[in-house]
Amino acid sequence: MNHSTLHTASYDASSLELDVSALRAQFPILKRSMRGKRFSYLDNGATSLKPEAVIAAESRYYSELSANIHRGVYEFSEQATVEYDRARENVARFIGADRNGSVIFTKGTTESVNVVAYGWARKYLGPGDEIVTTELEHHANLVPWQEACKATGARLRFIPVNPDGSLQLDGLEAVIGERTKLVAITAMSNVTGYMPDLKRVIELAHARGARVLVDGAQYVSHHPVNVSTLGCDFLVFSGHKMCGPTGIGVLYGKNDVLEAMDPLIYGGDMVSKVKRDEASYKPVPDKFEGGTPNIAGAIALGAAIDFLSEVGMQRIVEHERVLLEYLAERASRVDELVSYGPEDLSARGGIFSFNYGDVHPHDAGALLDQEGVAVRTGFHCAQPLMKVFGVTGTVRASLYLYNTTDDIDALIDGLARIKDVFG
Amino acid sequence: MSLEDDLYKEIILENYRSKKNRRKIEGATLHAEGANPSCGDDLELFLSIEDGVVADASYDGVGCSICCASANLLCESLHGRSTADAQRILGQFKGMLLDELEPEFEDEISDLEAMQGVKHYPVRIKCALLPWNTLEGLLDGVQ
Repeated sequence: MNHSTLHTASYDASSLELDVSALRAQFPILKRSMRGKRFSYLDNGATSLKPEAVIAAESRYYSELSANIHRGVYEFSEQATVEYDRARENVARFIGADRNGSVIFTKGTTESVNVVAYGWARKYLGPGDEIVTTELEHHANLVPWQEACKATGARLRFIPVNPDGSLQLDGLEAVIGERTKLVAITAMSNVTGYMPDLKRVIELAHARGARVLVDGAQYVSHHPVNVSTLGCDFLVFSGHKMCGPTGIGVLYGKNDVLEAMDPLIYGGDMVSKVKRDEASYKPVPDKFEGGTPNIAGAIALGAAIDFLSEVGMQRIVEHERVLLEYLAERASRVDELVSYGPEDLSARGGIFSFNYGDVHPHDAGALLDQEGVAVRTGFHCAQPLMKVFGVTGTVRASLYLYNTTDDIDALIDGLARIKDVFG
Repeated sequence: MSLEDDLYKEIILENYRSKKNRRKIEGATLHAEGANPSCGDDLELFLSIEDGVVADASYDGVGCSICCASANLLCESLHGRSTADAQRILGQFKGMLLDELEPEFEDEISDLEAMQGVKHYPVRIKCALLPWNTLEGLLDGVQ
Protein backbone atom coordinates (compact mmCIF):
# COMPACT_ATOMS: atom_id res chain seq x y z
CA MET A 1 0.00 0.00 0.00
CA ASN A 2 1.34 3.40 -0.97
CA HIS A 3 1.31 5.52 2.14
CA SER A 4 1.77 8.86 0.47
CA THR A 5 -1.39 8.50 -1.58
CA LEU A 6 -3.22 7.26 1.50
CA HIS A 7 -2.32 10.37 3.38
CA THR A 8 -3.31 12.89 0.77
CA ALA A 9 -6.43 13.14 -1.32
CA SER A 10 -7.89 9.72 -0.67
CA TYR A 11 -9.09 10.46 2.83
CA ASP A 12 -10.87 13.75 2.64
CA ALA A 13 -14.41 13.54 3.98
CA SER A 14 -15.84 13.22 0.48
CA SER A 15 -14.15 9.85 -0.01
CA LEU A 16 -16.04 8.39 2.93
CA GLU A 17 -18.84 6.06 2.12
CA LEU A 18 -21.42 7.80 4.30
CA ASP A 19 -22.78 11.33 4.44
CA VAL A 20 -21.38 11.65 7.93
CA SER A 21 -22.51 15.17 8.71
CA ALA A 22 -26.16 14.26 8.05
CA LEU A 23 -25.75 11.16 10.22
CA ARG A 24 -23.98 13.01 13.00
CA ALA A 25 -26.84 15.51 13.16
CA GLN A 26 -29.09 12.63 14.27
CA PHE A 27 -27.00 11.94 17.39
CA PRO A 28 -27.84 14.54 20.05
CA ILE A 29 -24.75 13.83 22.16
CA LEU A 30 -22.46 14.80 19.30
CA LYS A 31 -23.57 18.40 19.85
CA ARG A 32 -21.81 18.31 23.23
CA SER A 33 -18.17 19.11 23.76
CA MET A 34 -15.99 17.18 26.20
CA ARG A 35 -13.42 18.94 28.39
CA GLY A 36 -14.16 21.99 26.26
CA LYS A 37 -13.00 20.26 23.07
CA ARG A 38 -14.75 18.68 20.11
CA PHE A 39 -16.11 15.34 21.33
CA SER A 40 -14.24 12.55 19.51
CA TYR A 41 -15.99 9.36 20.48
CA LEU A 42 -13.74 6.38 19.80
CA ASP A 43 -15.12 3.97 22.39
CA ASN A 44 -17.74 2.25 20.26
CA GLY A 45 -16.48 -1.16 21.27
CA ALA A 46 -17.75 -0.40 24.77
CA THR A 47 -21.05 1.11 23.69
CA SER A 48 -22.40 3.13 20.81
CA LEU A 49 -24.02 6.54 20.83
CA LYS A 50 -27.79 6.70 20.31
CA PRO A 51 -29.62 8.44 17.48
CA GLU A 52 -32.70 10.57 18.12
CA ALA A 53 -34.98 7.91 16.60
CA VAL A 54 -33.93 5.35 19.22
CA ILE A 55 -34.22 7.77 22.13
CA ALA A 56 -37.66 8.78 20.86
CA ALA A 57 -38.82 5.17 20.49
CA GLU A 58 -37.82 4.34 24.06
CA SER A 59 -39.46 7.50 25.37
CA ARG A 60 -42.59 7.04 23.27
CA TYR A 61 -43.27 3.63 24.82
CA TYR A 62 -43.39 5.24 28.27
CA SER A 63 -45.35 8.32 27.24
CA GLU A 64 -47.86 6.65 24.94
CA LEU A 65 -48.19 2.97 25.88
CA SER A 66 -46.56 2.12 29.19
CA ALA A 67 -48.61 -1.08 29.36
CA ASN A 68 -47.36 -4.58 30.06
CA ILE A 69 -47.43 -7.13 27.25
CA HIS A 70 -49.10 -10.50 26.77
CA ARG A 71 -51.79 -10.02 29.41
CA GLY A 72 -53.78 -6.81 29.13
CA VAL A 73 -57.04 -6.91 27.24
CA TYR A 74 -57.05 -3.20 26.62
CA GLU A 75 -55.85 -1.23 23.63
CA PHE A 76 -52.54 0.05 24.95
CA SER A 77 -51.48 -3.38 26.15
CA GLU A 78 -52.42 -4.96 22.84
CA GLN A 79 -50.43 -2.30 21.04
CA ALA A 80 -47.40 -2.78 23.33
CA THR A 81 -47.53 -6.52 22.63
CA VAL A 82 -47.71 -5.91 18.89
CA GLU A 83 -44.73 -3.55 19.02
CA TYR A 84 -42.68 -5.92 21.19
CA ASP A 85 -43.36 -8.80 18.80
CA ARG A 86 -42.57 -6.58 15.83
CA ALA A 87 -39.20 -5.74 17.38
CA ARG A 88 -38.48 -9.47 17.62
CA GLU A 89 -39.36 -9.94 13.95
CA ASN A 90 -37.20 -6.97 13.09
CA VAL A 91 -34.20 -8.52 14.83
CA ALA A 92 -34.85 -11.87 13.14
CA ARG A 93 -34.93 -10.21 9.72
CA PHE A 94 -31.78 -8.19 10.50
CA ILE A 95 -29.74 -11.31 11.26
CA GLY A 96 -31.30 -13.42 8.52
CA ALA A 97 -33.02 -15.89 10.84
CA ASP A 98 -35.43 -18.24 9.09
CA ARG A 99 -38.25 -20.24 10.65
CA ASN A 100 -35.79 -22.82 11.99
CA GLY A 101 -34.46 -20.31 14.49
CA SER A 102 -35.80 -17.93 17.13
CA VAL A 103 -34.87 -14.63 18.69
CA ILE A 104 -34.95 -14.40 22.49
CA PHE A 105 -34.62 -11.06 24.23
CA THR A 106 -32.14 -10.94 27.10
CA LYS A 107 -30.49 -8.05 28.87
CA GLY A 108 -27.33 -8.36 26.83
CA THR A 109 -24.62 -10.58 25.42
CA THR A 110 -23.47 -11.78 28.83
CA GLU A 111 -26.93 -12.96 29.83
CA SER A 112 -27.39 -14.61 26.42
CA VAL A 113 -24.22 -16.66 26.93
CA ASN A 114 -25.36 -17.62 30.41
CA VAL A 115 -28.77 -18.78 29.16
CA VAL A 116 -26.93 -21.30 26.98
CA ALA A 117 -24.34 -22.16 29.64
CA TYR A 118 -27.03 -22.95 32.21
CA GLY A 119 -29.91 -24.15 30.06
CA TRP A 120 -27.94 -26.28 27.63
CA ALA A 121 -24.34 -26.92 28.73
CA ARG A 122 -25.15 -27.79 32.34
CA LYS A 123 -28.03 -29.99 31.23
CA TYR A 124 -26.30 -31.99 28.54
CA LEU A 125 -22.53 -32.00 29.22
CA GLY A 126 -20.63 -34.35 31.49
CA PRO A 127 -17.17 -35.77 32.15
CA GLY A 128 -15.40 -36.62 28.90
CA ASP A 129 -17.12 -33.84 26.98
CA GLU A 130 -15.26 -30.77 25.80
CA ILE A 131 -16.11 -27.13 25.23
CA VAL A 132 -13.78 -25.37 22.83
CA THR A 133 -13.26 -21.64 22.96
CA THR A 134 -10.38 -19.34 21.97
CA GLU A 135 -7.73 -17.22 23.65
CA LEU A 136 -9.33 -14.18 22.01
CA GLU A 137 -12.53 -14.17 23.94
CA HIS A 138 -14.09 -11.45 26.02
CA HIS A 139 -14.57 -12.72 29.57
CA ALA A 140 -18.33 -12.92 28.83
CA ASN A 141 -17.64 -15.79 26.43
CA LEU A 142 -15.12 -17.47 28.72
CA VAL A 143 -16.12 -17.35 32.37
CA PRO A 144 -19.61 -18.92 31.87
CA TRP A 145 -17.90 -21.88 30.17
CA GLN A 146 -15.30 -22.19 32.93
CA GLU A 147 -18.16 -22.48 35.42
CA ALA A 148 -20.15 -24.85 33.22
CA CYS A 149 -17.09 -27.09 33.00
CA LYS A 150 -16.61 -26.99 36.78
CA ALA A 151 -20.24 -27.97 37.29
CA THR A 152 -20.36 -30.79 34.72
CA GLY A 153 -16.84 -32.21 34.70
CA ALA A 154 -16.46 -31.24 31.04
CA ARG A 155 -13.09 -29.94 29.86
CA LEU A 156 -12.40 -26.47 28.47
CA ARG A 157 -10.03 -26.32 25.51
CA PHE A 158 -8.64 -23.39 23.55
CA ILE A 159 -7.91 -22.55 19.96
CA PRO A 160 -4.59 -20.75 20.52
CA VAL A 161 -3.70 -17.36 19.08
CA ASN A 162 -0.64 -16.31 17.12
CA PRO A 163 1.58 -13.50 18.45
CA ASP A 164 -0.29 -11.04 16.19
CA GLY A 165 -3.62 -11.93 17.77
CA SER A 166 -4.99 -14.04 14.91
CA LEU A 167 -6.21 -17.57 15.60
CA GLN A 168 -4.07 -20.62 14.87
CA LEU A 169 -6.59 -22.32 12.62
CA ASP A 170 -4.05 -24.74 11.13
CA GLY A 171 -4.22 -27.00 14.15
CA LEU A 172 -8.00 -26.74 14.38
CA GLU A 173 -8.58 -30.48 13.83
CA ALA A 174 -6.47 -31.23 16.89
CA VAL A 175 -8.63 -29.03 19.10
CA ILE A 176 -12.14 -29.65 17.78
CA GLY A 177 -12.62 -33.40 18.02
CA GLU A 178 -15.15 -36.13 18.69
CA ARG A 179 -15.47 -35.07 22.34
CA THR A 180 -16.25 -31.46 21.44
CA LYS A 181 -19.85 -30.65 22.23
CA LEU A 182 -19.70 -26.88 21.87
CA VAL A 183 -17.48 -24.33 20.19
CA ALA A 184 -17.88 -20.82 21.62
CA ILE A 185 -16.10 -18.24 19.49
CA THR A 186 -16.14 -14.54 18.84
CA ALA A 187 -16.96 -13.15 15.40
CA MET A 188 -14.71 -10.16 16.09
CA SER A 189 -12.14 -9.56 18.82
CA ASN A 190 -13.03 -6.62 21.03
CA VAL A 191 -9.31 -5.90 21.43
CA THR A 192 -7.95 -5.97 17.87
CA GLY A 193 -11.03 -6.19 15.64
CA TYR A 194 -9.66 -9.48 14.23
CA MET A 195 -12.40 -11.54 12.58
CA PRO A 196 -11.70 -15.27 12.50
CA ASP A 197 -12.81 -17.50 9.64
CA LEU A 198 -16.06 -18.60 11.26
CA LYS A 199 -17.23 -20.67 8.32
CA ARG A 200 -14.24 -22.96 8.67
CA VAL A 201 -14.76 -23.35 12.43
CA ILE A 202 -18.49 -23.97 12.11
CA GLU A 203 -18.08 -26.55 9.33
CA LEU A 204 -15.54 -28.54 11.32
CA ALA A 205 -17.55 -28.28 14.54
CA HIS A 206 -20.69 -29.50 12.82
CA ALA A 207 -18.79 -32.32 11.17
CA ARG A 208 -17.78 -33.39 14.68
CA GLY A 209 -21.36 -33.11 15.92
CA ALA A 210 -20.71 -30.04 18.06
CA ARG A 211 -22.89 -26.96 18.47
CA VAL A 212 -21.45 -23.51 17.77
CA LEU A 213 -22.12 -20.31 19.71
CA VAL A 214 -20.94 -17.11 18.03
CA ASP A 215 -20.30 -14.04 20.18
CA GLY A 216 -21.45 -11.25 17.89
CA ALA A 217 -21.20 -8.41 20.43
CA GLN A 218 -18.61 -6.54 18.33
CA TYR A 219 -19.53 -7.87 14.90
CA VAL A 220 -23.29 -7.60 14.52
CA SER A 221 -23.37 -3.84 15.02
CA HIS A 222 -20.91 -3.27 12.17
CA HIS A 223 -21.51 -5.96 9.54
CA PRO A 224 -24.30 -7.62 7.59
CA VAL A 225 -25.16 -10.94 9.24
CA ASN A 226 -27.03 -13.95 8.00
CA VAL A 227 -27.30 -16.74 10.54
CA SER A 228 -28.98 -19.05 8.06
CA THR A 229 -26.01 -19.07 5.70
CA LEU A 230 -23.46 -18.81 8.53
CA GLY A 231 -25.03 -21.87 10.11
CA CYS A 232 -24.19 -21.16 13.75
CA ASP A 233 -26.44 -22.72 16.39
CA PHE A 234 -26.41 -19.65 18.60
CA LEU A 235 -25.63 -15.98 18.02
CA VAL A 236 -25.44 -13.59 20.96
CA PHE A 237 -25.21 -9.80 20.90
CA SER A 238 -26.16 -6.60 22.73
CA GLY A 239 -28.46 -3.76 21.71
CA HIS A 240 -26.41 -0.94 23.20
CA LYS A 241 -23.43 -1.47 20.91
CA MET A 242 -25.67 -1.10 17.82
CA CYS A 243 -27.28 2.29 18.51
CA GLY A 244 -29.88 0.67 20.78
CA PRO A 245 -30.45 1.15 24.50
CA THR A 246 -28.68 -0.60 27.35
CA GLY A 247 -30.37 -3.53 29.05
CA ILE A 248 -31.55 -5.29 25.90
CA GLY A 249 -29.74 -8.06 24.05
CA VAL A 250 -30.38 -11.05 21.89
CA LEU A 251 -29.94 -14.78 21.98
CA TYR A 252 -30.60 -16.28 18.58
CA GLY A 253 -30.78 -20.05 18.56
CA LYS A 254 -31.86 -22.86 16.31
CA ASN A 255 -35.26 -24.10 17.42
CA ASP A 256 -34.31 -27.74 17.90
CA VAL A 257 -31.66 -26.86 20.48
CA LEU A 258 -33.71 -24.10 22.10
CA GLU A 259 -36.61 -26.50 22.57
CA ALA A 260 -34.33 -29.01 24.29
CA MET A 261 -32.94 -26.36 26.67
CA ASP A 262 -34.13 -25.40 30.13
CA PRO A 263 -34.91 -21.77 30.89
CA LEU A 264 -32.54 -19.78 33.10
CA ILE A 265 -35.31 -17.69 34.65
CA TYR A 266 -38.52 -19.22 35.96
CA GLY A 267 -41.68 -17.33 36.93
CA GLY A 268 -44.58 -15.49 35.39
CA ASP A 269 -45.23 -15.06 31.68
CA MET A 270 -43.11 -18.07 30.69
CA VAL A 271 -45.53 -20.73 31.97
CA SER A 272 -48.41 -22.36 30.15
CA LYS A 273 -49.99 -24.17 33.14
CA VAL A 274 -49.14 -23.99 36.84
CA LYS A 275 -50.30 -26.52 39.44
CA ARG A 276 -49.40 -26.51 43.13
CA ASP A 277 -46.31 -28.69 42.70
CA GLU A 278 -45.31 -28.30 39.07
CA ALA A 279 -45.66 -26.20 35.99
CA SER A 280 -45.35 -26.54 32.25
CA TYR A 281 -43.77 -23.93 30.06
CA LYS A 282 -44.63 -21.97 26.98
CA PRO A 283 -42.89 -22.78 23.72
CA VAL A 284 -39.79 -20.99 22.44
CA PRO A 285 -39.15 -18.05 22.68
CA ASP A 286 -41.55 -17.26 25.56
CA LYS A 287 -40.18 -19.91 27.93
CA PHE A 288 -36.89 -18.00 28.06
CA GLU A 289 -38.47 -14.64 28.88
CA GLY A 290 -39.83 -15.06 32.40
CA GLY A 291 -41.07 -11.90 34.10
CA THR A 292 -41.82 -8.56 32.51
CA PRO A 293 -39.18 -8.07 29.84
CA ASN A 294 -37.45 -4.83 28.83
CA ILE A 295 -40.34 -3.78 26.60
CA ALA A 296 -39.13 -0.23 25.96
CA GLY A 297 -35.64 -1.56 25.26
CA ALA A 298 -36.87 -4.13 22.75
CA ILE A 299 -38.98 -1.54 20.92
CA ALA A 300 -36.06 0.89 20.86
CA LEU A 301 -33.74 -1.87 19.60
CA GLY A 302 -36.21 -2.34 16.76
CA ALA A 303 -35.86 1.37 16.02
CA ALA A 304 -32.05 1.04 16.10
CA ILE A 305 -32.26 -1.74 13.55
CA ASP A 306 -34.48 0.40 11.32
CA PHE A 307 -31.89 3.17 11.61
CA LEU A 308 -28.94 0.88 10.78
CA SER A 309 -30.81 -0.78 7.93
CA GLU A 310 -31.54 2.59 6.41
CA VAL A 311 -27.86 3.55 6.58
CA GLY A 312 -26.93 0.14 5.18
CA MET A 313 -24.65 -2.34 6.93
CA GLN A 314 -22.36 -2.83 3.94
CA ARG A 315 -21.85 0.93 3.73
CA ILE A 316 -20.97 0.98 7.42
CA VAL A 317 -18.35 -1.73 6.75
CA GLU A 318 -16.81 0.33 3.94
CA HIS A 319 -16.90 3.56 5.93
CA GLU A 320 -15.07 1.95 8.85
CA ARG A 321 -12.58 0.29 6.50
CA VAL A 322 -11.53 3.68 5.13
CA LEU A 323 -11.24 5.10 8.65
CA LEU A 324 -9.27 2.11 9.97
CA GLU A 325 -6.78 2.38 7.09
CA TYR A 326 -6.43 6.10 7.76
CA LEU A 327 -5.89 5.45 11.47
CA ALA A 328 -3.34 2.69 10.84
CA GLU A 329 -1.49 4.90 8.39
CA ARG A 330 -1.32 7.90 10.72
CA ALA A 331 -0.34 5.64 13.62
CA SER A 332 2.47 4.09 11.58
CA ARG A 333 4.15 7.53 11.51
CA VAL A 334 4.29 7.76 15.30
CA ASP A 335 7.57 6.16 16.38
CA GLU A 336 6.59 5.51 20.00
CA LEU A 337 3.34 3.80 19.07
CA VAL A 338 3.07 0.01 19.18
CA SER A 339 -0.15 -1.49 17.83
CA TYR A 340 -1.63 -4.94 18.31
CA GLY A 341 -3.51 -7.20 15.92
CA PRO A 342 -2.98 -8.70 12.47
CA GLU A 343 -1.29 -6.38 9.97
CA ASP A 344 -3.79 -7.43 7.32
CA LEU A 345 -6.51 -4.87 7.96
CA SER A 346 -8.97 -6.73 5.74
CA ALA A 347 -9.19 -9.38 8.48
CA ARG A 348 -10.16 -6.72 11.02
CA GLY A 349 -13.16 -4.62 11.93
CA GLY A 350 -12.87 -1.02 13.06
CA ILE A 351 -10.81 -1.49 16.21
CA PHE A 352 -7.26 -0.27 16.85
CA SER A 353 -5.41 -1.17 20.03
CA PHE A 354 -2.06 0.36 20.87
CA ASN A 355 0.35 1.55 23.50
CA TYR A 356 2.40 4.72 23.47
CA GLY A 357 5.96 3.96 24.57
CA ASP A 358 5.90 2.57 28.08
CA VAL A 359 3.17 4.96 29.18
CA HIS A 360 0.49 3.10 31.10
CA PRO A 361 -2.75 3.00 29.04
CA HIS A 362 -4.65 4.64 31.88
CA ASP A 363 -2.34 7.66 31.78
CA ALA A 364 -2.56 7.84 27.98
CA GLY A 365 -6.37 7.68 28.12
CA ALA A 366 -6.56 10.39 30.79
CA LEU A 367 -4.49 12.76 28.66
CA LEU A 368 -6.49 11.98 25.51
CA ASP A 369 -9.63 12.76 27.50
CA GLN A 370 -8.24 16.27 27.99
CA GLU A 371 -8.27 16.59 24.20
CA GLY A 372 -11.93 15.54 23.98
CA VAL A 373 -11.01 12.05 22.82
CA ALA A 374 -12.87 9.12 24.39
CA VAL A 375 -10.97 5.83 24.25
CA ARG A 376 -11.04 2.68 26.32
CA THR A 377 -7.98 1.71 28.32
CA GLY A 378 -7.09 -1.42 30.25
CA PHE A 379 -7.30 -5.10 29.43
CA HIS A 380 -10.72 -4.91 27.78
CA CYS A 381 -12.15 -7.92 29.65
CA ALA A 382 -9.71 -10.09 27.70
CA GLN A 383 -6.90 -10.94 30.11
CA PRO A 384 -5.79 -14.14 28.33
CA LEU A 385 -5.19 -12.16 25.13
CA MET A 386 -3.25 -9.46 27.03
CA LYS A 387 -0.98 -12.24 28.27
CA VAL A 388 -0.32 -13.30 24.68
CA PHE A 389 0.62 -9.73 23.77
CA GLY A 390 2.75 -9.52 26.93
CA VAL A 391 1.07 -6.34 28.13
CA THR A 392 -1.15 -5.46 31.05
CA GLY A 393 -3.40 -3.33 28.91
CA THR A 394 -3.79 -1.24 25.79
CA VAL A 395 -5.42 1.95 24.59
CA ARG A 396 -8.28 1.03 22.27
CA ALA A 397 -9.89 3.23 19.64
CA SER A 398 -13.03 1.70 18.15
CA LEU A 399 -14.95 3.19 15.23
CA TYR A 400 -18.52 3.54 14.10
CA LEU A 401 -20.64 5.09 11.41
CA TYR A 402 -20.53 8.64 12.79
CA ASN A 403 -16.75 8.83 13.11
CA THR A 404 -14.69 10.95 10.76
CA THR A 405 -11.03 11.54 10.04
CA ASP A 406 -11.33 14.51 12.45
CA ASP A 407 -11.80 12.03 15.31
CA ILE A 408 -8.69 10.14 14.25
CA ASP A 409 -6.69 13.33 13.84
CA ALA A 410 -7.72 14.35 17.37
CA LEU A 411 -6.51 10.98 18.65
CA ILE A 412 -3.15 11.01 16.89
CA ASP A 413 -2.53 14.72 17.51
CA GLY A 414 -3.52 14.14 21.15
CA LEU A 415 -0.58 11.77 21.54
CA ALA A 416 1.66 14.84 21.56
CA ARG A 417 0.26 15.76 24.95
CA ILE A 418 1.30 12.36 26.27
CA LYS A 419 4.78 12.99 24.94
CA ASP A 420 4.86 16.39 26.69
CA VAL A 421 4.10 14.84 30.07
CA PHE A 422 5.89 11.51 29.90
CA GLY A 423 8.62 12.33 27.40
CA MET B 1 -6.68 23.83 36.41
CA SER B 2 -5.32 21.49 33.78
CA LEU B 3 -4.65 17.81 34.18
CA GLU B 4 -0.95 18.59 34.24
CA ASP B 5 -1.44 20.96 37.23
CA ASP B 6 -3.67 18.58 39.15
CA LEU B 7 -2.50 15.15 38.33
CA TYR B 8 0.66 15.01 36.32
CA LYS B 9 2.67 17.51 38.33
CA GLU B 10 6.40 17.16 38.60
CA ILE B 11 6.42 15.73 42.11
CA ILE B 12 4.09 12.92 41.06
CA LEU B 13 6.05 12.17 37.90
CA GLU B 14 9.28 12.08 39.93
CA ASN B 15 7.80 9.57 42.34
CA TYR B 16 6.43 7.56 39.41
CA ARG B 17 9.86 7.38 37.78
CA SER B 18 11.75 6.71 41.00
CA LYS B 19 13.06 3.17 41.23
CA LYS B 20 14.27 3.55 44.82
CA ASN B 21 11.40 1.67 46.44
CA ARG B 22 10.41 -0.36 43.42
CA ARG B 23 11.80 -3.74 44.44
CA LYS B 24 10.92 -6.85 46.34
CA ILE B 25 12.14 -7.33 49.92
CA GLU B 26 13.31 -10.88 50.53
CA GLY B 27 11.99 -12.14 53.83
CA ALA B 28 9.68 -9.18 54.38
CA THR B 29 7.69 -9.27 57.61
CA LEU B 30 4.54 -8.29 55.79
CA HIS B 31 3.66 -8.80 52.17
CA ALA B 32 0.39 -8.45 50.28
CA GLU B 33 -0.91 -8.06 46.75
CA GLY B 34 -3.46 -5.52 45.64
CA ALA B 35 -5.22 -5.15 42.30
CA ASN B 36 -7.70 -2.90 40.56
CA PRO B 37 -9.31 -5.38 38.19
CA SER B 38 -10.90 -2.76 35.94
CA CYS B 39 -7.68 -0.97 34.95
CA GLY B 40 -5.08 -3.67 35.43
CA ASP B 41 -3.14 -2.09 38.28
CA ASP B 42 -1.50 -4.94 40.16
CA LEU B 43 0.91 -4.26 43.02
CA GLU B 44 2.78 -6.07 45.73
CA LEU B 45 3.65 -4.24 48.93
CA PHE B 46 6.50 -5.31 51.23
CA LEU B 47 7.18 -4.14 54.78
CA SER B 48 10.06 -5.11 57.06
CA ILE B 49 9.11 -4.48 60.66
CA GLU B 50 11.74 -4.46 63.42
CA ASP B 51 10.65 -3.85 67.01
CA GLY B 52 7.36 -2.39 65.85
CA VAL B 53 9.06 0.03 63.47
CA VAL B 54 9.03 -0.01 59.65
CA ALA B 55 12.69 -0.66 58.80
CA ASP B 56 12.05 -0.92 55.07
CA ALA B 57 9.10 -0.57 52.71
CA SER B 58 8.90 -1.32 49.00
CA TYR B 59 6.52 -2.12 46.19
CA ASP B 60 6.63 -3.96 42.89
CA GLY B 61 4.27 -4.60 40.03
CA VAL B 62 2.48 -2.70 37.31
CA GLY B 63 0.32 0.35 37.57
CA CYS B 64 -0.37 3.74 36.07
CA SER B 65 1.68 6.78 37.07
CA ILE B 66 -0.77 7.79 39.78
CA CYS B 67 -0.79 4.33 41.34
CA CYS B 68 3.01 3.94 41.25
CA ALA B 69 3.67 7.48 42.46
CA SER B 70 1.30 6.87 45.34
CA ALA B 71 3.05 3.59 46.16
CA ASN B 72 6.45 5.26 46.13
CA LEU B 73 5.23 8.07 48.37
CA LEU B 74 3.73 5.49 50.71
CA CYS B 75 7.05 3.68 51.03
CA GLU B 76 8.95 6.95 51.56
CA SER B 77 6.53 8.10 54.25
CA LEU B 78 6.67 4.87 56.25
CA HIS B 79 10.44 4.48 56.66
CA GLY B 80 11.29 4.57 60.38
CA ARG B 81 7.66 4.88 61.45
CA SER B 82 5.90 2.78 64.06
CA THR B 83 2.95 0.73 62.89
CA ALA B 84 0.72 3.07 64.90
CA ASP B 85 2.20 6.00 62.96
CA ALA B 86 1.64 4.13 59.71
CA GLN B 87 -1.98 3.63 60.70
CA ARG B 88 -2.36 7.37 61.36
CA ILE B 89 -0.75 8.38 58.03
CA LEU B 90 -2.96 5.90 56.25
CA GLY B 91 -6.04 7.43 57.87
CA GLN B 92 -4.96 10.93 56.89
CA PHE B 93 -4.22 9.94 53.32
CA LYS B 94 -7.55 8.20 52.80
CA GLY B 95 -9.35 11.08 54.53
CA MET B 96 -7.67 13.53 52.13
CA LEU B 97 -8.96 11.69 49.06
CA LEU B 98 -12.26 10.25 50.26
CA ASP B 99 -13.61 12.67 52.85
CA GLU B 100 -12.10 15.92 51.55
CA LEU B 101 -10.27 16.37 54.87
CA GLU B 102 -7.43 18.87 54.88
CA PRO B 103 -4.29 16.76 55.41
CA GLU B 104 -1.92 17.55 58.27
CA PHE B 105 1.15 15.61 57.27
CA GLU B 106 4.39 16.47 59.04
CA ASP B 107 6.98 18.35 56.99
CA GLU B 108 9.09 15.26 56.21
CA ILE B 109 6.16 13.58 54.50
CA SER B 110 4.33 16.61 53.16
CA ASP B 111 5.00 15.37 49.61
CA LEU B 112 1.95 13.18 50.18
CA GLU B 113 -0.15 16.30 49.71
CA ALA B 114 0.83 16.25 46.05
CA MET B 115 -1.74 13.48 45.64
CA GLN B 116 -4.55 15.77 46.78
CA GLY B 117 -5.36 16.86 43.20
CA VAL B 118 -6.37 13.29 42.39
CA LYS B 119 -9.65 13.83 44.22
CA HIS B 120 -10.84 15.97 41.29
CA TYR B 121 -10.64 12.88 39.06
CA PRO B 122 -12.97 10.30 40.58
CA VAL B 123 -11.83 7.41 38.38
CA ARG B 124 -8.22 7.96 39.45
CA ILE B 125 -8.90 7.91 43.19
CA LYS B 126 -8.82 4.13 43.16
CA CYS B 127 -5.43 4.27 41.42
CA ALA B 128 -4.01 6.47 44.19
CA LEU B 129 -5.64 4.39 46.92
CA LEU B 130 -4.59 0.92 45.74
CA PRO B 131 -1.25 0.88 47.62
CA TRP B 132 -2.89 2.37 50.71
CA ASN B 133 -5.77 -0.10 50.70
CA THR B 134 -3.16 -2.84 50.40
CA LEU B 135 -1.32 -1.33 53.38
CA GLU B 136 -4.58 -1.24 55.31
CA GLY B 137 -4.99 -4.98 54.82
CA LEU B 138 -1.42 -5.56 56.04
CA LEU B 139 -1.80 -3.40 59.15
CA ASP B 140 -5.14 -4.97 60.02
CA GLY B 141 -3.26 -8.26 60.14
CA VAL B 142 -0.80 -6.83 62.66
CA GLN B 143 -3.41 -5.78 65.18
